Formats: sequence, structure tokens, C-alpha cells
Amino acid sequence: MNKRSAPTLSVRDLRTHFHTKVGVVKAVNDVSFEVKSGQVMGLVGESGSGKSVTGFSIVGLIDPPGRVVSGSISFQGEELVGASEERLQKLRGNRIAMIFQDPMMTLNPVLRIDTQMTEAIRAHRDVDKQTAWAEARDALGQVGIPSPEERLKSYPHQLSGGMRQRVAIAIAFINKPDLIIADEPTTALDVTIQAQIIHEAQALCRKTGTALIWITHDLAVVAGLADHICVMYAGRIVEEGKADDIIDRPLHPYTIGLIGSVPSHNKRGQRLYQIPGMTPSLLNLPPGCAFRNRCKFDDQECLIEPGTTKPVRGRQVRCYHPQRAETVT
Amino acid sequence: MTTVEQTEIEVIAEEADRARVETPFQRFRSDFLESHIATAALVTLVAIILVALFAPVIAPQDPYDLSQVSVLDSRLPPGTKSPDGYTFLLGTDGAGRDLWSAILYGLRISLTVGVMSGFIALIIGSTVGLMAAYAGGRVDAVIMRIVDIQLSFPAILIALMLLAVFGKGIDKIMIALVAVQWAYYARTVRGTALVERSKEYVEAGQCLGLSSNRILFNHILPNCMAPLIVVGTVQTAHAIALEATLSFLGVGLPQTEPSLGLLIANGFEYMLSGRYWISFFPGIALLLTIVSINLVGDQLRDILNPRLQR
Amino acid sequence: MTAYVIRRLMQSVVVVLIMSVIVFFGVNVVGDPVDMLINPEADQEDIENAIRALGLDKPVGEQYLYFLKNAFSGNLGRSFIFGEPALQLIVQRMPATLELAIAALLMAVFIGIPLGLYAGLKPDSSTSRTIMAGSILGFSLPTFWVGLMMIMVFAVMLGWLPSTGRGETATFLGITTSLFTLNGLQHILMPALNLALLKISLVIRLTRAGTREAVHQDYIKFARAKGLSPHRVVFVHLLKNILIPVVTVIGLEFGSLVAFSVVTETIFAWPGMGKLLIDSIQQLDRPVIVAYLIIIVLMFVTLNLIVDILYSILDPRVRLGEREA
Repeated sequence: MNKRSAPTLSVRDLRTHFHTKVGVVKAVNDVSFEVKSGQVMGLVGESGSGKSVTGFSIVGLIDPPGRVVSGSISFQGEELVGASEERLQKLRGNRIAMIFQDPMMTLNPVLRIDTQMTEAIRAHRDVDKQTAWAEARDALGQVGIPSPEERLKSYPHQLSGGMRQRVAIAIAFINKPDLIIADEPTTALDVTIQAQIIHEAQALCRKTGTALIWITHDLAVVAGLADHICVMYAGRIVEEGKADDIIDRPLHPYTIGLIGSVPSHNKRGQRLYQIPGMTPSLLNLPPGCAFRNRCKFDDQECLIEPGTTKPVRGRQVRCYHPQRAETVT
Repeated sequence: MTTVEQTEIEVIAEEADRARVETPFQRFRSDFLESHIATAALVTLVAIILVALFAPVIAPQDPYDLSQVSVLDSRLPPGTKSPDGYTFLLGTDGAGRDLWSAILYGLRISLTVGVMSGFIALIIGSTVGLMAAYAGGRVDAVIMRIVDIQLSFPAILIALMLLAVFGKGIDKIMIALVAVQWAYYARTVRGTALVERSKEYVEAGQCLGLSSNRILFNHILPNCMAPLIVVGTVQTAHAIALEATLSFLGVGLPQTEPSLGLLIANGFEYMLSGRYWISFFPGIALLLTIVSINLVGDQLRDILNPRLQR
Repeated sequence: MTAYVIRRLMQSVVVVLIMSVIVFFGVNVVGDPVDMLINPEADQEDIENAIRALGLDKPVGEQYLYFLKNAFSGNLGRSFIFGEPALQLIVQRMPATLELAIAALLMAVFIGIPLGLYAGLKPDSSTSRTIMAGSILGFSLPTFWVGLMMIMVFAVMLGWLPSTGRGETATFLGITTSLFTLNGLQHILMPALNLALLKISLVIRLTRAGTREAVHQDYIKFARAKGLSPHRVVFVHLLKNILIPVVTVIGLEFGSLVAFSVVTETIFAWPGMGKLLIDSIQQLDRPVIVAYLIIIVLMFVTLNLIVDILYSILDPRVRLGEREA
């Protein structure tokens, strides 16, 4: 096996459960996927599908009552499930970085930008303050922030949302990590800023060869960005494959519904498709396929949890009745 | 703000919790009893109130009936037999009174002063608060400025100021306690009422042509009850403690109205000679009262405050 | 910023004026000013002289102006008991009170913040539960009774600490305080702890609540995601955020410490302003009472002003006048 094709991250049978007062919430329930170096993986799902929890599980930032119950997370060949907190701390922000959803909340309001950037550098590398400061300045320049020297001396509330997210991205890239997990990084931003941020992130990944997991509920966002897409539903990956395949020829009824509900040019004047019903409560999932109650193809077979089909050209689906798009919409 | 996913999980858990079919009162009761400490506090509080109510029946002697008290019995340690045949369970004080009986009578006075002043303050404060919220504008600004200024001074200071001018007396300490407390109620009611007033049901009531009095008292006021109950319990505990403190300092109740604070003060001089019980036991009674009210209040706040509900 | 300070300053002046009206009414309208301000044992001629000197023969409006003028020139009457100017008496006793209040404040900070932080970070541990139970107790315990019990245990039974008075003082850098002598420290330990008890509980609660809220904030998770050490996350990212409200409250509570020292000083016979006030109330030494009230109002207003300005310096968001709700 040569080094290029070895995955940067390989997640196998991951289960992360939250043990709450009223029962066990199976937020991530048997999830497996791989990300290779330089690849952009889109992790798509509705809110509550477990996509963010998957992201936090990888970096070991699941707080009680949540816990990674079983499975394996292998990062560059190293097992992260059960790894010591010290080891995870060394990896976080250094080899695996994260970008969060709401730029208004992610930066500490009472610390200056330079403090928050240089501490990220100095936590992992033994450099003096001046060097770290210069690096931070250059990093801000790279994500398209004008007059970075001035910005470094400001507090987060003095910057706009888009600016803050650029700062967060600059922090994520600052130690040249091998993997970045971006948890809905553009959801809270204006559409125009969204496009810029996506472009920025994509360009940086291309340049550095960093693998990127882009978590989002918005298929349209990953369509142009990701190489590979995993669609999550109720804690499971229901379909995965190359981005173009998923967008153009979705197989799982849920994916078909998702794509059908995105407004676009070719559907102008038509009624937008709605997936009937609601996401089931993760507390007491019905037996069998979790999508069964909202699916018009459901039958006796669906009462038993479907397994994942054998991968065909990287394409997998967790359904007894894979469809072609036309049959639904 | 937690991460989106965590919040969702909490919402899921909460909905499942809600799904149990209960009347609001049943839900309230079961929520309250969930905490063993709060339950114990509630039981203690009820016991204290009963004991205070029936003090003349329970107490072995009327400590303020001179024919029953003899100075010869003064400062006897707990457990001493009295000449009349009963035991001085908690000893006697400097005037020969049975301390247990004195505490029971003292509790009555302390509770009466605390609860009455709290109640009067509640009525005055909520009326003022409602007015401020409903009138808005200038009236609201002036009232709330007064409230803010008053609350920026510690309660004990305001009470001391008033008592320094007025002098001692049960009526005067009540005035002082009401003056100290009303601002809390006014602020609470105004805050809640402002939130309620902006809600649609009030607008609907106005569209129906209901009188403003009716909207205020029948619609807005009931929605202020939850925070009022919480503030009320906490304030009552404060009022009882404050009265005790002021009486201890000798500026509160006169010797003819021996509340717990006065009993403690009277025992102070004997303590340095090792006769601890005269101050100790009234203090324990005061402590039990305040702690149990506070614990009940804490639990009420946790239940009634939807913001804190998990 | 300057506009903000000026606005706050104006507010303070208004509050002082309002309070002066209230005190004036309390003394001159509700009570009888002749009784209040003139020694009842003086003879008729003295009384009439004093009435004229204090302007009590003038109409109410003019009397108030007289009262203001006298207050501004520091002439608040002479103590009946000590025969000294009332203001002077108060000022003499102020250092002892301030010393006590500052010692209590320091205790509240250095005991309350660490305990609250611990209880907030590990809410389910048994130590945290003990801390919180202690803080509920600290809130409910009547200060004066705790003071008595402290005297009983540590002075009467164990004989470890002196029960009354202020110890020896020493002067260092121009400050005379009992904090610089061992004997002084022994004397201040119990009263200061007694006074601090309520504030320790308060600081524990505030710090814990702030910590519990902050640990779930995204910026804390982001700081952890950056791979910072837990030490740095807690002591820089978390603490700096929760210190702002806690420091503000502690600052505001300083005034309440001074007010509550009335109780502690009475129990421990601490020779400060508070004990003087209670003695004066009991001996009907009214000029001293009036002087105390005026001094304490001025002190409070100044204190609130300082805290507000400090707060605006501490919090970068307020500093720029963008106070978020």
C-alpha cells in the first residue's frame, strides 16, 4: 500500500451515545467512512442526524453525558478511541483542526485576536512570541483579511461575522493540520460571504493537501465543494459516494427527498418536494430502517434494519429499495 | 449556547419527559418532591409553622406570665428539672424563663413580622411594578430609577436609617422591612409584566375591548405569580433574618416583643462565661427556619423558572 | 467613554441630592430637629443660640439650604456624648471599618473564586456538593449568630483567638493598620471571616454559575479544539470571562460589607463607624447618626460610580459603548 492512497482518517463502526435522564440517545449509531489526504468529504444531514457529534467524536470533544461507546477512529494509522487526553490535546489544533458553526460564538470575546492566534501556535510549537505573531499576521493575510496587523490588535466584537469566521479558519490552518473538520462553517453567514469562505477554505486545502470534512445540512454547499459525500440520517450514514454521483443519481429515498427539496433553476414553477413527516426521536428509534415511516417504498422487509450494500465504485447505500430520482419527484 | 447538536439532544430528552401525561399541579408536585433535601426542608418548615401557631398549647410554661417564671431558676443548663416538675429541655435564660417555651413564642413573633411585612411589601411592590409596566414611558422610568437607587443600597443600611429616625417598635420595624422589600417585588413584577404585555394574548384582549384593569389583574398578574412566589419565599427568609439582626443590635423590637433575635441578644452577655445555650438554641431555631425557607425557595425557583428547566 | 463617565457622574450627584433630601426630611420634618440636633441637657439660651446657628427658625426650604451648606462645610453638629464634631468622630473610626471590610473582601475573593470554580468545573463531584451545601448554609446563617458562635468556640472554649477589640496597629508606607502586626491579625481574623461569610457564599455561587455557563460556550470548546492545555483553557479563556461579572459584583458588595460591619463590629467590639452608629442610636446621639448617614450615602454613591467605570475598563465590549443585552 503506498502512502498516497492510505486514508488520513478512517472511522469504523463508530457509536457515540448520550446517556440522559430519560434514556440513551444514540446520536451516532454505527458510522464508517474514510477521508484521504487532500480530499474534501461532505457530511450531509438534517439537524439531529448526528453529523456534528461525529465531528466532535473524532477530536475527542464529546462531553458527558455523551460518550464514544464503541468503534474505531484511526488517524494516520493511530487509534484515537481510548487515546489519552494528553495525546488528543497534542493532535487537536495541530494535526486535526476544527472550524465551528457560529463565528460570533467561537472566538473568546474578552481576548484579543492576536492572543487567540498565537496561543494556538505556541501550544504546539516552541516558537517565541514575535515569530508566532508574524505567523499569525501572515495567516490572516492568507485568508483575505485586509490590514492584518491592525486586526490582530482588535477584539472579536470589532469584526464582522465573515471576518471572524476567516480568523477562525486562519486559526484552523495555522499549524498546517492534516485534517480539518468544519462544522457548518458558513451556515450563519450571508450567502455572498458564504461563497467567499468556501472558496477560501477550498483553496487552502488544495495548497496544503489538507483533508477536509465539511459538515452541513445544505447539499447545495457541498455539491460544488466536496469530492465525496456521506448522507446521514438518524445517526447512520444512509448513502455515500462520489459527490457527482450522489447529486445526479441519488439512490436512497431520503437523499432523493433532500435533493428534491432544494430549489433550483430547472424546477422553477414546480412545487418543491417535501419529505413527509418528521425526523424520528433518537431516543426511541423504531426497529428497522429509521426512515421507514417517511418513506413511500416501505414494506415488510424494512422492519429489519437494512445493512450497507457492497461498495460499487465507492458507492454505498443503506436501503432495500434503492431508487432512481424520477420515481419519487 | 451549546453546539447545535447537543442542544437538540437536550430538546429531544425534554420532549420525551414532557410526554408523560400529568396535570400541571401533579407535575409541579412530582418535580418538587424529586429533591429529597427540598422535601425535608418543606416538612421542617411546615413543622416550624405549626409549632409556632400552637405555641401556647405546646409550651410547658408561658414565659411571659410572671406568676409562672421565677428568677431563682435563671441560667439553668439544659435538662435541669424545674420545681414545677417538668424538665427545662433547653435550659433557662437570664430571667429564669424556660428557653424552649421562649423559643416557641419567639418563633411566633419572628414569623409574624417576617410574613406580614413580606405580604404587605408584595402587595405594594407588585401594584407599583404593574403600574410601571402598564403605564410605560415617564412613569415607568421614574419608578424604576427609584427602585434601582434603592436596590443599590444594602437592605440593612436602609432599615438602620429608618429605625434611627423612627425609633424601636413592632410597627416601626414592619415599616422598615416593607420599605426594604417592596423594590424587589416591583422589579420582579415589572420585568415579567413587560414580557407578558408584549405577548399576543394581551393584544387579543385589547382588541376584544377588555378594560385595562381587567387585562392587568386577570391576564397579566396571574402570569407574574411564578416569579412572585419565588421572590416572596426568598424575601420572607431575608425579612426574618433582618428582623433578628436588627433586634439583636437593639434597634428593632422592644423587650416586650421577644423575637428570636432578642433572645439571642439577651444570651450574649452570658456566653463569655460559658453559658452557651441561651444564645445557641434560639439561633438554631432561627437557622432552621431560614434554611428551610431558602431550600424550599431554591427548589421552587428551579421548578418554576422555565429558563432553568433542563 | 468620557460621555459615559460624565453621565454617570451627573447621576451620582442627583442620587446624593435626593438622599440628602430624604435624610433632611427624616431629621427635620418627621422628627423634631431641635430634639435631634441639640443636646437636650443644654440650657434655654444655648438651645436658642443653636436653633439660630442651625437656621431652624427659618422656613423649611431655607432650612434645607442651610442643612446642605452645613453638610458641605463639614459642620454636622457636635456629638452629645463626646462633645466633638460628629464628622470628626466618624472619620476617626473609618480606618478600622475599612480595614475590616477590605480584609473580608479579600477573603471572599481568595476563598470564594477557587471554590466556585471547582464546583463549576466538576459539578457532580462530592466535594462540589459539599461546597454548594456550605454556600447555601452561608447564605442562610444569620451573620450575628455565627459571630457569637465563633466567639464561643474559638475564644471561650478553645481560647485561640481574642474575642473583642482591634489589635496593635503598625504604620507602613503611611498606612496605619492592624493587618501589619501579628496581634492585629489575630484580632481581625474572626471578625473579618464573620463579615466575609455571606460574600464568600455569594462569590462561590456567582463563580460556579458563570463557570457552568461558560464551559458550554463555543469559545471554550473552540479553545479546547485548538489543543490548548486544560490549564490555559480554564485560567485564561474561562476565568477571564467570568471574572468580569464577579469582580463587578464584588466591587458593589464592598459597600454592603461596610454596611454589614455594623453587625460584626457590635459583636466583636470592633472600634469602627458601625459600632459608633449603634452606640449613637442607643444613646440618642443624633448628630452622629446624621453624620454617619450622610457619609455612608456619599461613600456608596462614589463606590457605585467607581465600580461602573472599572467595569467599563475591564470589559472590552462595554468599553466601546456596544453593551450587549
